[in-house]
Amino acid sequence: MAAVSGLMRRPLEQVSGLLRRRFHRTAPAALQVTVRDAINQGMDEELERDEKVFLLGEEVAQYDGAYKVSRGLWKKYGDKRIIDTPISEMGFAGIAVGAAMAGLRPICEFMTFNFSMQAIDQVINSAAKTYYMSGGLQPVPIVFRGPNGASAGVAAQHSQCFAAWYGHCPGLKVVSPWNSEDAKGLIKSAIRDNNPVVVLENELMYGVPFELPSEAQSKDFLIPIGKAKIERQGTHITVVAHSRPVGHCLEAATVLSKEGIECEVINMRTIRPMDIETIEASVMKTNHLVTVEGGWPQFGVGAEVCARIMEGPAFNFLDA
Amino acid sequence: MKKILTATVSRVWSGVAQKPASRVLVASCNFSKDATFEIKKCDLYRLEEGPPDTTVLTREDGLKYYRMMQTIRRMELKADQLYKQKFIRGFCHLCDGQEACCVGLEAGINPTDHVITSYRAHGLCYTRGLSVRSILAELTGRKGGCANGKGGSMHMYAKNFYGGNGIVGAQGPLGAGVALACKYKGKNEVCLTLYGDGAANQGQIAEAYNMAALWKLPCVFICENNLYGMGTSAERAAASTDYYKRGNFIPGLRVDGMDVLCVREATRFAADYCRSEKGPIVMELLTYRYHGHSMSDPGVSYRTRQEIQNVRSKSDPIMLLKNRMVDSKLATIEEFKEIDVEVRKEIDDAVHFATTDPEPALEELGHHIYCDNPPFEVRGTSQWIKFKSLP
Repeated sequence: MAAVSGLMRRPLEQVSGLLRRRFHRTAPAALQVTVRDAINQGMDEELERDEKVFLLGEEVAQYDGAYKVSRGLWKKYGDKRIIDTPISEMGFAGIAVGAAMAGLRPICEFMTFNFSMQAIDQVINSAAKTYYMSGGLQPVPIVFRGPNGASAGVAAQHSQCFAAWYGHCPGLKVVSPWNSEDAKGLIKSAIRDNNPVVVLENELMYGVPFELPSEAQSKDFLIPIGKAKIERQGTHITVVAHSRPVGHCLEAATVLSKEGIECEVINMRTIRPMDIETIEASVMKTNHLVTVEGGWPQFGVGAEVCARIMEGPAFNFLDA
Repeated sequence: MKKILTATVSRVWSGVAQKPASRVLVASCNFSKDATFEIKKCDLYRLEEGPPDTTVLTREDGLKYYRMMQTIRRMELKADQLYKQKFIRGFCHLCDGQEACCVGLEAGINPTDHVITSYRAHGLCYTRGLSVRSILAELTGRKGGCANGKGGSMHMYAKNFYGGNGIVGAQGPLGAGVALACKYKGKNEVCLTLYGDGAANQGQIAEAYNMAALWKLPCVFICENNLYGMGTSAERAAASTDYYKRGNFIPGLRVDGMDVLCVREATRFAADYCRSEKGPIVMELLTYRYHGHSMSDPGVSYRTRQEIQNVRSKSDPIMLLKNRMVDSKLATIEEFKEIDVEVRKEIDDAVHFATTDPEPALEELGHHIYCDNPPFEVRGTSQWIKFKSLP
């Protein structure tokens, strides 16, 4: 609307210039992309970039993915690079790790991370520990991805959050994206990383659209693993979360803002290696901390954040 | 009788030839370049034909196999000694008795092929190219070990050799994965995936069989059946001890694992099968370990000393090869004695290195956690103790 009234006001000579400027202004559109499509794009770009990258898992090829995250990839890349596996988590996770040891760059999808428990030996003992035990001789450049945590009414066996379980192990990197930008940047970084990376997605977030900023639309857009993001600046209290709860925290922050309490919301993005410095700096500013997560409280991510705050310089700034 | 006669004659001959020139003359007169041997026919499953039942062994190859097997034997016995002297701690699983398996397998494949095995790995570490020095130093946990002292007995790696795996059976799917990479890259390479009679009952082995057959992966599944899974005999652990048939829809063959030539021919056959894109194949090597399961197992509570002695005297792989070669005039007893002396020296040298090389520095505890990563700090036993981690 403002552009149109501007057009009326300006002299005719400048119309063509203005028209050009109008087109330029609307070209990088505020792109609405769902988390599902962001992950899909990220994988597609990395599959195209490096032919050692391939995807395997249950229903990832001809079914387009159990949650349609890998839609279209099999049609584009074929049987060699997008592989449907039988229901053998321990088997195909081990196969993926072996392929990584032999020089390929597999993306191993677990239909949900609950099923990764059947394969957890391969993730921890065969993937995570190998570089260390071999004295730096044998890297394992693999990505394990899939939905993690609670879904909608799927009962206890299908709702577990594995952030604390995988976050416990040295040798693994563990990331937990919240929005589309996170999802795309982190999956691309994970695939390019030469270490085993666990990407904990969230099923309920798959269908949620977010605005993808223009830099995130580039084929080389990466989010560094190990860096948290301050989603909302605040002064009274630090709220730390990862994955879907980040959205809840932002909603809570809006509500509290009306009561005069300004929350600083930190999206962890990476569980391991944890970016404790960002959280410390924030606590030293606000003096208050709340951790929010979808996992069980005992021995959890929040417990680790609190332990580290206690051990670090921010403890002396903590009021509550 | 004939053997003793031949031995006496060759001893007399070499005694007579004092000057180097005449010894050379004696050598060229007395020794054949190669000989043809009959080998035991393999039991076949879902296969029309198997490996050949005769093979040609050249003098050069024979001496090489002998040297390798003797080196492995002496190395394992030394490891036993070092363990009892407390230079080696932790786990130590020895493979003496099973030398024909490692040497025969290596003889049947190319250096560009791939191998993965279980924790009873020292023999294969050697045949895949690691020096005795680096193996023994790794066992004693020193800097000069092949994994800088951080892996130990069960985690030694080399080019195209993926260990050494501590978790029983985990190497099954891993090996199938390496085979998938072989097929993906299209360089006509195969992967030998070894596991024991105990591990053959792991579910993940069956999962690996299924996917390897489904996707026609060039994976040779090799069950090293030494008749005992730790302290449990095969009959007490498996409803079917025909391990070469356990692949069900995968063809298999059962091989005399105490005869290095048998193992070599069977491996060549199996590798060729996989290279011709027919899919995986299962090989069962019937073999025997003289030691117990590990150094903490005397090995006689679940089997008799008589049984062990029986195998040693009738089927020892090193003895079998030596006798064959002497009988067919491929080499003399003296030559083998010379090799023994050289091997002993190599082992003693390695032991000296393994017991005098320093251990890795404590500052390096945090190294090699991540690959290609900028350095970072690792929390130690308390928040004030930090280790630097370099990739």
